[in-house]
Order: sequence, then C-alpha cells, then structure tokens
Amino acid sequence: MEGSAIRLRDLRKSFGETDAVAGVDLDIGDGEFFSMLGPSGSGKTTVLRMIAGFETPTSGRIELAGQEVTGLAPFERDVHTVFQDYALFPHMTVEQNVAYPLKVRKVPKAERLVRARKALTEVRLEGFGKRRPAQLSGGQRQRVALARALVGRPRVLLLDEPLGALDLKLREQMQVELKALQREVGITFVFVTHDQEEALTMSDRIAVFNQGRIEQVGAPAEIYERPATAFVASFVGTSNLLEGESAQRVVGTPGIYSIRPEKIRVLKESAEPDEPEHTTAVGTVAEVVYLGDATRFLVDLDAGGRLTALQQNLETSAEDVAAYRGTRVRLQWNRRHTVPVPDHR
Amino acid sequence: MSLLTRTAGALHRRPRLRLALLLTAPLLWLAVLYLGSLTVLFVSAFWTTDSFTSEVVKVWSADNFHELFTTPVYRQVILRSVGVAAAVTVLCAVLAFPVAFYTARVARPRWRPLLVVAILTPLWASYLVKVYAWRLILSEGGLADWMLRPFGLSGPGFGLPAAVLTLTYLWLPYMILPIHTALEQLPANLLDASADLGARTWRTFRSVVLPMVLPSVAAGSIFTFSLSLGDYITVQIVGGKTQLIGNLVYSNIELNLPMAAALGTVPVVVIVLYLLAMRRTGALSSL
Repeated sequence: MEGSAIRLRDLRKSFGETDAVAGVDLDIGDGEFFSMLGPSGSGKTTVLRMIAGFETPTSGRIELAGQEVTGLAPFERDVHTVFQDYALFPHMTVEQNVAYPLKVRKVPKAERLVRARKALTEVRLEGFGKRRPAQLSGGQRQRVALARALVGRPRVLLLDEPLGALDLKLREQMQVELKALQREVGITFVFVTHDQEEALTMSDRIAVFNQGRIEQVGAPAEIYERPATAFVASFVGTSNLLEGESAQRVVGTPGIYSIRPEKIRVLKESAEPDEPEHTTAVGTVAEVVYLGDATRFLVDLDAGGRLTALQQNLETSAEDVAAYRGTRVRLQWNRRHTVPVPDHR
Repeated sequence: MSLLTRTAGALHRRPRLRLALLLTAPLLWLAVLYLGSLTVLFVSAFWTTDSFTSEVVKVWSADNFHELFTTPVYRQVILRSVGVAAAVTVLCAVLAFPVAFYTARVARPRWRPLLVVAILTPLWASYLVKVYAWRLILSEGGLADWMLRPFGLSGPGFGLPAAVLTLTYLWLPYMILPIHTALEQLPANLLDASADLGARTWRTFRSVVLPMVLPSVAAGSIFTFSLSLGDYITVQIVGGKTQLIGNLVYSNIELNLPMAAALGTVPVVVIVLYLLAMRRTGALSSL
C-alpha cells in the first residue's frame, strides 16, 4: 500500500508458553481511522502496545511511515497513546498534563501554554486548565488524555479502549466527537475495542482479531455483510449461522451460512413462498424479545437449528409480538443475504 | 437471645457509647501518661535548683530558657544537633531512593517481599550491638581503616562524621520503607505514558517519579529527623567528644533537673516545627 502509516510484518509476541500474537500482517493507511476489534485476550492490545513500544516483539517487523522502529524505545517513536484508564499525571494540573509532551521536546514556555490551551479547546475543555485530574469527571479526563496525546501532532494516535470506562450516553457522544476530531486533525487513529458496534460506527476499516491472529480486514460494511470466517460472522453482529443438516435442507447445499437477523422477515406459515429470489424456512417461535424499537424472534426451524429474526415494530406493539410465542411461522430472506462462510475450524 | 447478642444489639443502637468504650483506655493513656509527662517536663523547665544541694526549688523563673539562648555552648550544641539530624536525613534519602527503586520496581516480584524483610532485619537487632559494631568498624586499625588504606586514606575515626554515619545506618530502613511503598504503588501506566509522550528515562524520573514520591520521602524524613534529634547514645559511643542536645540533657539530670527539662523542650519544639513544615508537602497523609 502506498503511503502507509503503519506496516506490520509477521509480528509475533509470546509470553512464556502462550502466543499472545501469532503472526500479524497489517498495513494501515495515512489518515485512516482503523479499528482493531476482538474479544479480550485476542492479542489486539498487545499489537497496540508493540506499535507504541511498550512491548518488544518476539519476532517480526514494525514500520512507521516507512521507517523500521521494531527495537526503538517509546520516546523514539512519533506515536502517542490514549490509555484505557487515561494515565493522567495526578500531581500536574490539566494544563501541565497537556503541555507535558511539548515540555519534553523543549518547546518554549509561552508557546507551550498557547498550544495546550488550543488543544483543550479542541476537546471542548477551555477553562479547565488549572484543575487537577482528580477534580474532573470520567468523560472530562478522557478529553484531557486526548488533548495531551494530540497536542504534539503525532503521526499516529493509538487508542486503547478509551471509551470503555464511560457510560452508554457519554460513550455514544464521544464516538461522534472522536470521529469528527480525527477528520479535523487528519492523524491516523488506531482504535482498539471489543465493542463491535463502536468499531462499525467509527472506523474506515476494521481488523477482527481472534487468538492472536487477524481473521479479516475490511470496511465495516464488508465485515458485517461478508464475514470471511465463522468467527467474524458470530463476533460482529448477532450470531446467526446455519450449518450441517439444516444448511443442507434450507439452502440446498452443505456448508456454513450466515444470515443477518434484520434481513429475515417473519411471515405466517401459510404465506406463499416468494421464490426463486428468496429462501424460506418454516419453524416454531421459541422466544420473543421485545426491544422497544424492534422485536427479536428466536425460531426453531423444522429443518433443525435456530435462527434469529429482527423485525422493526412499525405496526406492532408489545402485546402483538408477545402473541407470536409458540406459533408456527415462515421465515423468508433474499438469497443474496445467505452468505457462505469458509469453515476454518 | 443470648446476652452477647443483646449486648451487641444495644451497642449497635448507641454509637456514642460504642465510641466511648473503644476510646477510653487509649485516651487515658494519651492524656495522662503521654501529654501529662510532657506537661510536667515543660512546667519543670521553669523551676530552679538550689546550687548547693542540687534540689529542685519550685520557684517560677524563665532563667533556664534565658541561659539556653544566651550561652554560646548551648546555642552551638542545639545548632549542631539540628545539623546532624538534617545531614542524617539527607544521607538517608539519597541512599534509600536507589535501594527502594530496586526493591519496588526492578527486582522480580516474588523476590520483593524477601528484600523488604532483609531491609527490616537490622531493626530486630539490638541498638547497642549495632552501635558497638560501628565502634569496632571505625576504631583505629578497624575495618574502615583497613579498607581505605589501599587508597592512601584512613577511616573518619570517632567524632561528628562517625556519629552521622552511624545514625544514617540506624535509621535508613525507616526511610526506605515509605519510599518503597510509594514506588510500588506508582502506576506503571504513568511511566508508560511519560515515555510515550517523548520523555526519556531521566525526564520521567524528574517530572513524574520524583514529584509523586516526594511526600513519602518527607514522611520518611520525619522518622530519620526526629530519631536523630533525640539520640544521645550513639554519639557517646562513636562521637568522640561531640556533644548533642541529648548528652546535655543526660549530664544535667542529676545536677540541674529544670535545666535538663528546658534542654529537653528544644527538640520537642524543633520537631513540632518540622512536622508543621512537612504537613505542607502532604507527607502526613502518606505516613
């Protein structure tokens, strides 16, 4: 890839017997909002820490902007990190925290102050400069950490689950702000998260990690609509797989198939199947989960297996959908939404 | 319901009674024995003695304090004592920091408790034995002389430097422990963050580690300073002819008890001033 900010080649890291990272190749473009998504222990944070320089790879190569940095110390890399617990210096004021990377680089004091104030304005914290981190709320500390990491305009910003400690409302707000900030400053963001929704909403591209390896790299739509492996299909979005006997009977050919719940319509059993563009399957509603704006139907298929279907509550209310429990239904979805998943297991 | 349960229940409903039962004994101890004896000390400093019989005469006068501040010898000894305490404190801090850094952050985690025990072990040995051991080390032709001879030097012998050296040895663990604890509790993330933002090791030490550990250094200094200021045995054994406040108190006890009391008030006042100064650094909250 031309103009790549980060290039990882066969990166490996072992802690004793366990391989935390077992061979990762990755190219992250300049100015990209790139997410590393995976469950805890999948190696995404270890990869991030190796890019930052906190961990030394067991083998492999790390390049930043075409320069090899594999063995360099953190302070020799043009990369700044936003830590999960913010890691603000408690003995410094907010302003001193933000000015710290400039002080380290011996920027004159007057300029330091101006730039620190500007960075605080960028994260909408003007006027908080004289406070101590302990006097701020979680969301405000988060912003200070962001300002501190951005003030020196690094080539790459690493974010280690930075929104994990915030409550839902604040998290959604910060997602929007982070994305806007990234567009504004044009710096490459590498964002580590275990929250698939967060990754889907914010990223230009996503790498899905599992057991120290990357399962798939792609744009959010690609990851969601065309999962490359069964793991991606089940980790991103609701797991909805047809396999074995039931796959043979419903789809017609053996294999593993992923069907996203919102693509499936729930019809009366007596409804005419709309072939040939659609696939249908009949079954019994085992459970109805009312979600407010939508309803989730868990249906046990006659062909075996269970599918989840998600229906918007356009006309229906909670009582209407509850009546579906135990009834016979026909599920129907467009053939092109039946996504074959290569079996790596 | 058993009597025990009923008593416990009654106490649960009467928090004031509970507090009174809990605190009566320690408060009595503190008020009568501790503050009481300090008051007696302070009051008796204003009495005088019959110069023939050395008996205490209970007549009020500030003569003792007047003598204390006007006699050059007394002034010298007071300044010397404070100087020794300060020197011991600085030496302890300088020596303790690298040791604590090693035990808290460099040594393998499973060795750390053992190292802390090793640092504490000397505190279990008798004070006198340790000081006499230093007397042997510092004596003429002793270990210090023997080790320094190849360099054309000799040991410090007995005197003020020897007293400072020995006191530093004695009180060093009291300085290492609080620094060790502070360094151990220092979040590794902050060190990572500092390096990540471009700081080299020395800058991280100066701007992050030192300011965060300073209150604990101050806490340790309260121990080293006050223990040194109150000591008089070490200086008797290795200090040669050196006199500190404690020695003057000791030599006055038989002949002029009120004067001894006046002298004894000096370290109390100095330490109260020192504590007030240290409170500003936040040291008292990290004790």
